[in-house]
Amino acid sequence: MTEQPRTKTYRLHLMVCAGTGCVSNHSFELKTALEAEIRKHGLEDEVSVVPTGCNGFCERGPILVVQPGDIFYQQLAVKDVPHLVEEHFLKGRPVVKHMYTPPEGKTPVPVLSDIPFFKKQVLIALRNRGLIDPEKIDEAIARDGYKAQAKALTEMTPEKIIAEITLSGLRGRGGAGFPTGLKWQLVRNAVSSNGGQKYIVCNGDEGDPGAFMDRSILEADPHAVIEGMVIGAKAVGATAGFVYVRNEYPLAVERLGTALRQARDYGLLGRDILGTGFDFDIQVKRGAGAFVCGEETALLGSIEGRLGEPRPRPPYPAQSGLWGKPTCINNVETWANVPAIIHRGAKWYAGIGTPTSKGTKVFSLVGKINNTGLVEVPMGISLREIIYDIGGGIPGGKAFKAVQTGGPSGGCIPKDKIDLPIDYESLSAAGSMMGSGGMVIMDEDTCMVDIARYFLTFTHDESCGKCTPCREGTKAMLDILTRITAGQGVPEDIVLLEQLAQAIKDSALCGLGKTAPNPVLTTLRYFRDEYEAHIRQKKCPAHVCRPLNTYTIDLRLCLDKGRGCDVCRRNCASEAITGRKNEAHAILPAQCIKCGICFDVCAFGAVKVD
Amino acid sequence: MPKLTIQDLEKIRAQARFAMAVREGGEFRAKVNVHMGTCGIAAGARAIMTALMNEVATRGLHDVLLTSSGCAGLCSQEPMITVELAGRPPVKYVNLTEAKIREVFDKHILGGAIVKDWALGIGSEKTDT
Repeated sequence: MTEQPRTKTYRLHLMVCAGTGCVSNHSFELKTALEAEIRKHGLEDEVSVVPTGCNGFCERGPILVVQPGDIFYQQLAVKDVPHLVEEHFLKGRPVVKHMYTPPEGKTPVPVLSDIPFFKKQVLIALRNRGLIDPEKIDEAIARDGYKAQAKALTEMTPEKIIAEITLSGLRGRGGAGFPTGLKWQLVRNAVSSNGGQKYIVCNGDEGDPGAFMDRSILEADPHAVIEGMVIGAKAVGATAGFVYVRNEYPLAVERLGTALRQARDYGLLGRDILGTGFDFDIQVKRGAGAFVCGEETALLGSIEGRLGEPRPRPPYPAQSGLWGKPTCINNVETWANVPAIIHRGAKWYAGIGTPTSKGTKVFSLVGKINNTGLVEVPMGISLREIIYDIGGGIPGGKAFKAVQTGGPSGGCIPKDKIDLPIDYESLSAAGSMMGSGGMVIMDEDTCMVDIARYFLTFTHDESCGKCTPCREGTKAMLDILTRITAGQGVPEDIVLLEQLAQAIKDSALCGLGKTAPNPVLTTLRYFRDEYEAHIRQKKCPAHVCRPLNTYTIDLRLCLDKGRGCDVCRRNCASEAITGRKNEAHAILPAQCIKCGICFDVCAFGAVKVD
Repeated sequence: MPKLTIQDLEKIRAQARFAMAVREGGEFRAKVNVHMGTCGIAAGARAIMTALMNEVATRGLHDVLLTSSGCAGLCSQEPMITVELAGRPPVKYVNLTEAKIREVFDKHILGGAIVKDWALGIGSEKTDT
């Protein structure tokens, strides 16, 4: 069934991160080099190299964790391999120079569980990350994979499964937070014409900029998703399922395909699963990468082979989904939570989190943050803990300004709300949303008007064009924002933006359109002064919007420090800088096109921006 | 391929768990270092390592760390191992055989009692690291 006899044991397991982040940092080459070096020393029967899913600490990839011992090596290159193998795996001496040192610390931290990034994390959806080879079903099984499925199929009625999920308090992890148990009950109750066919769908169309939670789950532990879907199928009475995943996630598609084949071979999927008489199988549908297909009705249309466009709800997919049949659609992370709840019990799960939001949430931490990566934290944790304790704070000692949650549908949360405990309600009260879990951190150098413009550019580009409010409304808002960032804003623009935002929210067809104005609304709510500075003073406080900047040269610095080095003048594209080598330089405002090149090239800080 | 029953699934689980036990981590009960310089290997250190790996595997232990290192300097008394229980000074054993390994494993590594007959001494030579 597997290539090796099952009883084969190794004294050392080298867990090489093979998530997309580390793979793009050459972790497959690292794996090959490790295997070759281990053979060279005759250690191949003692030391095994195991490719795993995303470890989470993407900032430090490629990552290698040595078990037993939990020794964490970071930023390894193929050239480091001979020394590492000889020192650690042959002679038993861990190599300090490849260990991680926290930004504020001086001594390296050898053990993974002692590293601050990992300390506050609670892993449920990512319970197998870094611990199994996702392409070997036996390794998933060893970590209690398919145990909940066996329990659900043999010991539980559909009603009991739904009651358990309801009691756990699990809510949809795709963004809206609809109670999962209630959704399953609606699908179970729905009457299907034509032989009672119902469907299970997994939404893996992750499109938010900077979000990679679903991809990482599918890459690290595809069996958790498959098992969750089988349990859901039994609960709602479905016999067929689909995973809709983006084709731009080749590793996730490949590992999911391998996992499905292995599960089918074992009879954990297909006809008469585990001899219980229950039939259910899953197909993979690859999406072409349209943001709108993450919206459930557009996604279902895409699976059916129609254009990926939303349709009005109701009817909801629970009543009329794929080919008009009742369909239970949940997000990747939601499905991955299901086996853990059935296996460990609803009470255990409900014991984690806040009164309204139970369990954990996976976030991808990106932007101006030291520890870029994937984290899973209990609901109710504060933004401060995520950004400072886990994320390691802001690079370069800069000040934290805001965090965008919920992607282009969400909003920004300013620094005075940094102690906000995170759950569905608190984030929406702050004007943002949980969303699928992207967290974009911004520092003092970020212009909030420019950020709003960026997200509007994204939603405008990705608007499917079916309804006018989204198609034309986002265009109108984007035009205004572009004008403001170019220094051509007028005082009426702010009111106009607010009116347009409200109109789009009220009238767009689908969730994507309705939420598209959120980044503008939250930045207006928390950073109105920045909009006003752009419009009234024609200034960008963060100096990001270059047309609003004024560049000058500090004569003293230019002469004393730079000795009139002349680099700015030679690089100026519009001949706006006067002065000769070894003399003071100056900028002619009338000729300056505000490109900022002089500011970028001056090594002495003599070019000032205001 | 025949489809699995729930009993088959549990069998696979038990076998795979056994092979993966060392990944589960936690504190180490003991570290065992096999000296595998040329002298050690010539005297049979490879068989000693295999015997230790078998002991760990048969018992499904995940808190005994097996490492190897170079020659300890006492080439005439190879194969040698150093056993270090958590919080206790390391103990060196010399002139080992597979049978002796089993006894050291039972009495010292698991039982905490030094097997005086084959122990060379307590402690390690100093290094500058």
